[in-house]
Amino acid sequence: MKTKSNLKNIVNKNQIPLGPFHPLLEEAEYFNITVDGETVVDIDMDTGWMHRGHEFISEQKTFTQSIYLVERICGICSTSHPLACVHAVEDVDNIEIPLRGRYIRTLVGELERIHSHLLWVGLAGHFIGYDTVWMWAWKYREPVLQMFEIISGNRNHYGMLRVGGVGKDVDPASVPELNKILDTLDKKMDMIAKIANDDPVLRSRLVNVGILSKKDAIDFCAVGPTSRASGVRGDIRKDEPTDAYDLVDFNEIITKNGDVYDKFVVRVLETLESIKICRQCLNKLKIIDGPILNNVKEISAGEGIGRYEAPRGEVFHYVRTDGTNRPIRHKVRAPSYNNIPTFQASCKGIPIADALITLAGVDPCYCCTERAIRVTDKNNKKNNIDLLKLSRDKTSNIRGNF
Amino acid sequence: MGWYNKRLAKSLWVFHISGSPCNNCDIEILDLITPKYDVERLGIKLVGSIRHADVLLVTGVFNEKVAPKIKKIYEQAPKPIFVVAIGSCPSSGTVFKNSYNIVENRESVIPIDMYIPGCPPKPEAMIEGVAKLMEKLNG
Repeated sequence: MKTKSNLKNIVNKNQIPLGPFHPLLEEAEYFNITVDGETVVDIDMDTGWMHRGHEFISEQKTFTQSIYLVERICGICSTSHPLACVHAVEDVDNIEIPLRGRYIRTLVGELERIHSHLLWVGLAGHFIGYDTVWMWAWKYREPVLQMFEIISGNRNHYGMLRVGGVGKDVDPASVPELNKILDTLDKKMDMIAKIANDDPVLRSRLVNVGILSKKDAIDFCAVGPTSRASGVRGDIRKDEPTDAYDLVDFNEIITKNGDVYDKFVVRVLETLESIKICRQCLNKLKIIDGPILNNVKEISAGEGIGRYEAPRGEVFHYVRTDGTNRPIRHKVRAPSYNNIPTFQASCKGIPIADALITLAGVDPCYCCTERAIRVTDKNNKKNNIDLLKLSRDKTSNIRGNF
Repeated sequence: MGWYNKRLAKSLWVFHISGSPCNNCDIEILDLITPKYDVERLGIKLVGSIRHADVLLVTGVFNEKVAPKIKKIYEQAPKPIFVVAIGSCPSSGTVFKNSYNIVENRESVIPIDMYIPGCPPKPEAMIEGVAKLMEKLNG
């Protein structure tokens, strides 16, 4: 029986659909926001718009082809996914990488972090209606893409990585030019850091908006800048240094509040750290000579895991091999998979106007996230059976057999 | 429709939708309206609704969930609308050819007028593509 207060709740609560093709979101995604007046009460999310079956395709490809495939999981993380993938394959046989190859890997990875963070800073400005920040941040992102063009020949999708090293060498003649671009970038990043500190518009829109407490960040297993902004330590580059990360000097940026402003600050300061790492790598590349690729003939049967600190957090790849030239199982877990559900904690109870920047605050990448899809019929309708219930039923069935 | 097309070519308004891409072409499209390339000087503007648009930019291989929505958006558009497919994915399917979840014949979802190949195409290539479209409209 509907009581009076129940009826009142139903009348007052409205649902606002967002997506799948919203002009603000460059990817297709769907949110159903329930509001009570101006306040967000609940958010539901529908995924699957980007699912292309990477894991299935990867199992039909050779290891080298598979690197080019995982590069196309996401256009922004197009070094992080291949790096984690080659780490996983190298983990099967403990393959060693030449020192010059390690420095080039670190250089490309850090340049990607700079361009990804600048991209987010720009989009954050766009989301809060402050387009000047967008235009300026993307203007200073262009030199990074220019550096990529000098190093790899393409603005995005670099195709640099191979199992056992890297495919292309950095031309020593181009190092002074790269250093020069880094110098200009350093000055501009200092300027953006000052803007983050002083600008009254940014502060009034971002400070104390969408707070993710330390406890929630731990509970949701948030990774990367999202968790570091909430004061949780954790960086794969420090914890399990691969490539040349144990040979370079950098700081881990951690802030306390966990609001969107802190996420902004963490990303801007991380960019400055990345520039520092790039400089060290370029200086070493001037001195160190030698091979860049350890020629790998065979991968034996076994399992391997690869981890890398992508711009959004830890990316994880698992590869199982059977001695042939193909992986028989390839599992991908992207950082956004952990980060996106934190909106359950950070979005509830805030005004609807702040909901979008809070959703965007974790730098979500839906292309990375959507690795699995649940279908019932050809029209791709969601079924009502809870995934958790399915999983628990399976366990109880297995238990019954023993 | 010659007289109409000539007036249309002066200032093309563009709407962008992504059908399961890797995000890269979409970012390069956004890159076009930032200071380095700045296509607004050519009268091209990114608009917020398909009902205001003259050109529809699509990226990516269409998966089975997103394809009906793309068709719906195309049906909402005021005609004539010119569909430009950005990137190698809509033209050939690239690495996703063998996937179980993608629509094999993308022309069956929406008619595509122009392909700009590349993974991703450089912003210069996209500007050239749209310039060629303008040339064609001018007759």
